[in-house]
Amino acid sequence: MSLFSVMIWLPVVVVSCLAAGWLFQQALILLVNETTAKFLRTAPLTACFGMLTIIFYIIFAVFAPFIAPYEQYEILAGAFEPWAYPYVLGTDNLGRDVLSRLVYGARNTVGIAFLITALAFIVGTVLGIYSALRGGLIDQLFGRFIDVLMAIPTLIFSLLMLTIFGTSVLSLVLVIATIDSTRVFRIARAVALNIVVLDYIEAAKLRGESTAYLITREILPNSMAPLAAEFGLRFCFVFLTISSLSFLGLGLQPPLADWGSMVRDNAELISFGDITPLIPAGAIAVLTIAVNFVVDWLLHRASGLKD
Amino acid sequence: MNNLLFMIVKRVALGVLTLILLSLLIFLSVEALPGDLAQEILGQQATPEAVAAIRKDLGLDLPPHIRYVNWLGGMLQGDFGTSLALKRPIIDLIAPRLQNTLFLTLYTACIAVPLAILLGMMASLFRNSYFDRISNASALSAISMPEFFVGYILIYFLALSGYFPSMANITPSTPLFEKLYACFLPALTLTLVVTAHMMRMTRAAIINILALPYIEMAHLKGVRPSRIIFRHALPNALAPIVNVVALNLAYLITGVVIVEIVFVFPGLGQLMVDGVRFRDVPVVQASSLVFASAYVGLNLLADIISTATNPRLMRRK
Repeated sequence: MSLFSVMIWLPVVVVSCLAAGWLFQQALILLVNETTAKFLRTAPLTACFGMLTIIFYIIFAVFAPFIAPYEQYEILAGAFEPWAYPYVLGTDNLGRDVLSRLVYGARNTVGIAFLITALAFIVGTVLGIYSALRGGLIDQLFGRFIDVLMAIPTLIFSLLMLTIFGTSVLSLVLVIATIDSTRVFRIARAVALNIVVLDYIEAAKLRGESTAYLITREILPNSMAPLAAEFGLRFCFVFLTISSLSFLGLGLQPPLADWGSMVRDNAELISFGDITPLIPAGAIAVLTIAVNFVVDWLLHRASGLKD
Repeated sequence: MNNLLFMIVKRVALGVLTLILLSLLIFLSVEALPGDLAQEILGQQATPEAVAAIRKDLGLDLPPHIRYVNWLGGMLQGDFGTSLALKRPIIDLIAPRLQNTLFLTLYTACIAVPLAILLGMMASLFRNSYFDRISNASALSAISMPEFFVGYILIYFLALSGYFPSMANITPSTPLFEKLYACFLPALTLTLVVTAHMMRMTRAAIINILALPYIEMAHLKGVRPSRIIFRHALPNALAPIVNVVALNLAYLITGVVIVEIVFVFPGLGQLMVDGVRFRDVPVVQASSLVFASAYVGLNLLADIISTATNPRLMRRK
């Protein structure tokens, strides 16, 4: 495949994706009630395509054992078999079926990324808003401590931590969730900082409302839009971090099927013009793109940036 | 003006404190490892006497706080210790590789920063036009791709057909032009990833400001749209944009690790990943400290600029 043929195929792929998104949107509108349908009609085609893709991934993750033709660990044939029946996408460096591992990868990689994001979010948001609200010494202490943790880039810090705590799934979850909650903290604090100087917070404070009330009833509802968008973005970052770690050989451990390590295992094929290693990498990219499209639409709606 | 100077001194002091705490964190986290360097060097069959001798040799028999001070003092004087795997002073390993990594980062920044700000301003100027939609969708797609995906795609299309080398093999004696040519694919990979983020943030920052009353006033009195963007909106959007640029340059530091592995680029990231692989603890410590210092510096810069340009933040206690 040359660059030229890609130039021709890319618009075709984009248009058919948008067409699929449109069909999906129309199908949904027929199925749901009037209010939801009205809401759905405002969705751009990119967001519809994003939702369709996410549903696809969820189906693959849930029904992986029924969809995959073989087990994820099974060694079936010689290494690097070409694309031919019965191994539709060939075999990897150990002779395992690439297609089956791709399907199981949806379950392993996406599930863990979601768990980590949820954990990071709960911790980060509460601490961030609390810190902005209190200001003064507590804010400084939290802020500097988070700064210390954030002063090491995510990947570097996780490399350091995973060397120390080992590369089990539990330590992967805890290490990445801790690191990412610092980013959530910073965003939540920054958003809340702009809100706590407003008059209605001052008024609520003068009324004698408790800190918990201020956080949950005054600040959180008013910072929902950026935080919801941040959740989607954060999921993407976590997902990419895990994949990057796996690509470096330090994420999910073999024999568990995982997209990042699949790229690493088959990377040498690329120099022979075989695109097999690009497929798991593409699977990562397509899911993050889909999530981002949906997040973008929700953010656009919520922020009122209509024109 | 005094206020400003005071703020900068305060921030820098806090930055230095952050670095000290950080070094403590890195030092302590390695302390938490089971076993110590002496056992690591000699392996499992070592006699207790040999381990004790090496411990004494490396100063491991001293209490932790004295070792920390010695370690930090050594770092400040450029003595990063000795690599366990390669048996060479770490400073000799880090110095040339750091130079390469800085070169790659700078190369990327020179392409990415002007491109991102220009695209962001155009997208906000023509918002909801087809230009805006297409650039927004492609930026989102570029953010969403893992660096190794972008890297391998570029190798597949631009290196296999022989336009650019897929391995960025450079030495200090390589002439500048050749270096730029050899590093083109890694720099392009990083640019694609970073530009997208910067561009979107720039667009969002400007659009937020365009919603303010004084911009509407400017519209009503008949100012040209381009003048509104450059004269009215941009100066006020500068702080968030500078913040975004600094944060993204810091983000480059992480991206660099993956890109260096994909393109076999002799940089600091590769040194660190090799260090993790061979459990070469002093190398991992030293390289994370170097990465972290760069990151702290850039964040500090962003913080100072955004505070200095926003009077409301300056006066906040």
